[in-house]
Amino acid sequence: MTDDNTIEPAGDHGHGHGGNGVPDEPIANPGLPAHLPRPTDVDPQKEKRAEIQVAALFGLSAIFTVLFAVSYFTLDVGDNWSVFDVLNVGGSTVALGGTLGLSLLFIGVAITHWARKLMGDHEIVEMRHPAYSEEEDRQRALNDLKMGFEETGIARRPLIRNSALGALALLGVPAVVMLRDLGTLPGDKLEHTIWGRGGQKIKKVVDGKEVTVTVPLMRISRDAIGTPILASDLETGDLVNAQPEVLFNPERYSVELEEVEGVNLQINKSKASLILLRMDPADIKPGKGREDWDVNGIVAYSKICTHVGCPISLNERTTHHLLCPCHQSTFDLADSGKVVFGPAGRPLPQLPITVDDQGYLVAQSDFTEPVGPSYWERDYDRDRFAEDD
Amino acid sequence: MSADNGLTTGKVATTNGTEPASPTRSAKAAGAVANWADDRLGLAKATKGMSLRKVFPDHWSFMLGEIALWSFVVLLLTGVFLTLFFDPSMTEVQYQGSYDPLRGVHMSRAFASALEISFDVRGGLLMRQMHHWAAMIFIGAMMIHLMRVFLTGAFRKPREVNWIIGCLLLLLGTIEGFTGYSLPDDLLSGTGMRAADGFMKASPVVGTYMSFFLFGGEFPGDQVIPRLYSMHILLIPGILLALITAHLILVVYHKHTQWPGPGKTEDNVVGPPLMPIYMAKAGGFFFIVFGMVALLGGLFTLNPVWKFGPYDPSKVTAGSQPDWYMGWPDGLLRIIPAWETHLWGHTVSWNIMLPILIMPPLMLMVLIALPFIEAWVTGDKREHHLLQRPRNAPTRTAVMAALVTFYGLAWAAGGNDIIAIKMHLSINQITYFMRAAVFIGPVIAFIIARRWCISLQRHDEGKLLHGYETGVIVRSPDGGYAEKHLPISETSAYVLTARDRDEVWTPNGTADEAGVAAPGGKLAEVAGKVRGKLSEAMFADNVQKPTAEELHEGQHHAEHELHELEGQIAAGPNKHGSSNDH
Repeated sequence: MTDDNTIEPAGDHGHGHGGNGVPDEPIANPGLPAHLPRPTDVDPQKEKRAEIQVAALFGLSAIFTVLFAVSYFTLDVGDNWSVFDVLNVGGSTVALGGTLGLSLLFIGVAITHWARKLMGDHEIVEMRHPAYSEEEDRQRALNDLKMGFEETGIARRPLIRNSALGALALLGVPAVVMLRDLGTLPGDKLEHTIWGRGGQKIKKVVDGKEVTVTVPLMRISRDAIGTPILASDLETGDLVNAQPEVLFNPERYSVELEEVEGVNLQINKSKASLILLRMDPADIKPGKGREDWDVNGIVAYSKICTHVGCPISLNERTTHHLLCPCHQSTFDLADSGKVVFGPAGRPLPQLPITVDDQGYLVAQSDFTEPVGPSYWERDYDRDRFAEDD
Repeated sequence: MSADNGLTTGKVATTNGTEPASPTRSAKAAGAVANWADDRLGLAKATKGMSLRKVFPDHWSFMLGEIALWSFVVLLLTGVFLTLFFDPSMTEVQYQGSYDPLRGVHMSRAFASALEISFDVRGGLLMRQMHHWAAMIFIGAMMIHLMRVFLTGAFRKPREVNWIIGCLLLLLGTIEGFTGYSLPDDLLSGTGMRAADGFMKASPVVGTYMSFFLFGGEFPGDQVIPRLYSMHILLIPGILLALITAHLILVVYHKHTQWPGPGKTEDNVVGPPLMPIYMAKAGGFFFIVFGMVALLGGLFTLNPVWKFGPYDPSKVTAGSQPDWYMGWPDGLLRIIPAWETHLWGHTVSWNIMLPILIMPPLMLMVLIALPFIEAWVTGDKREHHLLQRPRNAPTRTAVMAALVTFYGLAWAAGGNDIIAIKMHLSINQITYFMRAAVFIGPVIAFIIARRWCISLQRHDEGKLLHGYETGVIVRSPDGGYAEKHLPISETSAYVLTARDRDEVWTPNGTADEAGVAAPGGKLAEVAGKVRGKLSEAMFADNVQKPTAEELHEGQHHAEHELHELEGQIAAGPNKHGSSNDH
């Protein structure tokens, strides 16, 4: 950068200079070629024809603009796409886009044609000036700058300079602090899901007396329709997308309705979504401490990929491998959800399940580790195992 | 200098007509209006800074930036229309619009209004699709424009600042695109936000806080769409507009670069004037870009959010992919091994940080640094206004080829599932292949591009010295065959020689080895040596243009051959030499 302070004439090493050991240019610049007139410059007939062509293009544009307005008022919108709906975007959209596009294109082509055929086509020459200012101007500006700085006395008064810089730097604090209310703090929210609400002991007021009741274990419900799933419902090879029953029936678990509505429903689903898979019990290689986490070959895993959190959906039936459609992380559901391929860094969390007295599948507890993508505070030593709960 | 070259630029006509046109009534009226305005605003003074007859050189490749500019204007126009109808709220509503399959479904207000724009507002779907198409074109045009500027050396002094502005525009355009396609709150965009949430959470120390603050609590929250909306329609477009303005002001101030040619020098700029030719062509081109976008928006469906449905964190569609310009980090994300470190109760997700949080900013920094790296290696501090053909800067061209190859492979990796399905390949094998290819591919591309350029330089040298290939094969009296070459025109020959000779930078400014130690101690000496080696490597094997003597000799030889050829042709077939015996 220091080299840039010296002003050197532009083009010093440019074309057409010899001497100083640099060989001469092999061919001298022949100079601008003479201007050649176009047919429209010399032939009045061709000029007239070009004029008519340009006007006709503008005319075509006007026609399509009118057609645009006609389409706007005559064609239906909505999903009733029966009117020349060849491209599956709706007749109205096709007609409006087509007419608007052509009307604009014709204007563009008309102007370009006009410029090429009829407007003056001579090239003119302008001299360049180097980007830098005149030496005089530069000196003046530098002097002004220097004088300005000197008059502030900033160099002589370090106390003022430092306190000013400190005060200004501290103004970053309000800028950051003001962002605090953008959201709640993470706390331990990422470590728990709503599955943990099943089987909890809660205090309840019944007939004026406070009693401790145990909430039933969380049943596993079919996604979307919400019916609880009987262990006997599943055939070997079945894969079911599931949710905790509380999302459909909060009263049964003494959960307020608003906890499973609107934004809370979305938040709960983003952590609690589950995949049930029934396989031959002989295929399962239960991990340490997970011997009783399945029910007759039915295993339950978080549906949320441990990579960046996409819901996992692609099942490879013969291998019990589950593939994430976003980045192709593949998990082995027969082997504690281990990553067998792809960028995910952690196994898919497994939900320990059992059956309740009516034969419905229920979660024994919450997940024993955080579901979804890894994060900085995720501490492997804090992963809870079945015996803790 | 122009005098040295015998240039007679002063003689160039400033009008085509043979006689001055007489002022018409409309011209008089225009003059009166101009006078009125100047009396009050002093507008004529402003044209001293930028003359209405300012010269803009003409070349098709200068149009690429214009595509980006005009698609940005289309984005502003269609975007304003969309804001009139779009409601960026995440309040849950039950859809009651005219799209049957989703009627009665619960969704956010944002998604419902995206459906309303698509099905209940006339021209709404057209505007939505035009907006999306224009965004894709905007970013694509910026990238191709960037390549043009790089490959022709237009980034060199004094245009480095404009290069940086351009790189920032590309970054902002990409972020603008991402915030934009996230707004409809459909299943696909929600999946993108989910991934973005994962990216944020992977950031060390502040990750979860970033996520909770952006989403207004736990993902997905009910805040992110309005927040993205204000960024998308206010903050980022404002910065984009300011930077585009600065970009254009600098183009005007520096005056556009031009290709070398007869009459063109480093000190002048030759081309049609701003008014009327450039204004007409650029203005006409705006309508052409606008028209093309309208046709695309009307005829080709893009992002059919109604088919995806509203966002639901438990759902996903197979083949989920971001917009094309987000594809390359997504590809790196797919092919990176599952690296995660656990240290002292904390998790570091290299598998996300490397491809998403480190690589894209790194690539941007490399892009921004390119002009400065080249200037440092070549030691070139001159201003450059004449463009270079890519072949005449083989190493630079090869660097871009390597970067493009890396980008292209990473981008292709972002579609590894699509490739696997369409070509019936194993996704695992594609992924393993890509892991190696992103490293090896750029190296191969670099070598091929560099040698290719040098071959083209040799071809140019051959044309200069020996003439062009005529396609006329001549049999010599003793039975040999040879193709005759004819000299190229003076103009073509001049264009081929209108380039600088490469000058290798050496630590002492001279090529002799027994130089004095460079000032600045050991470190500076080592840096100087490295720089010298790099400079040498940069220009190694490049073909320099011939000297006047070499050219003269070559042309003399070619002339002789031409003479010979003419003699043989005059003699006619089978009439020359001793083989003529029947």
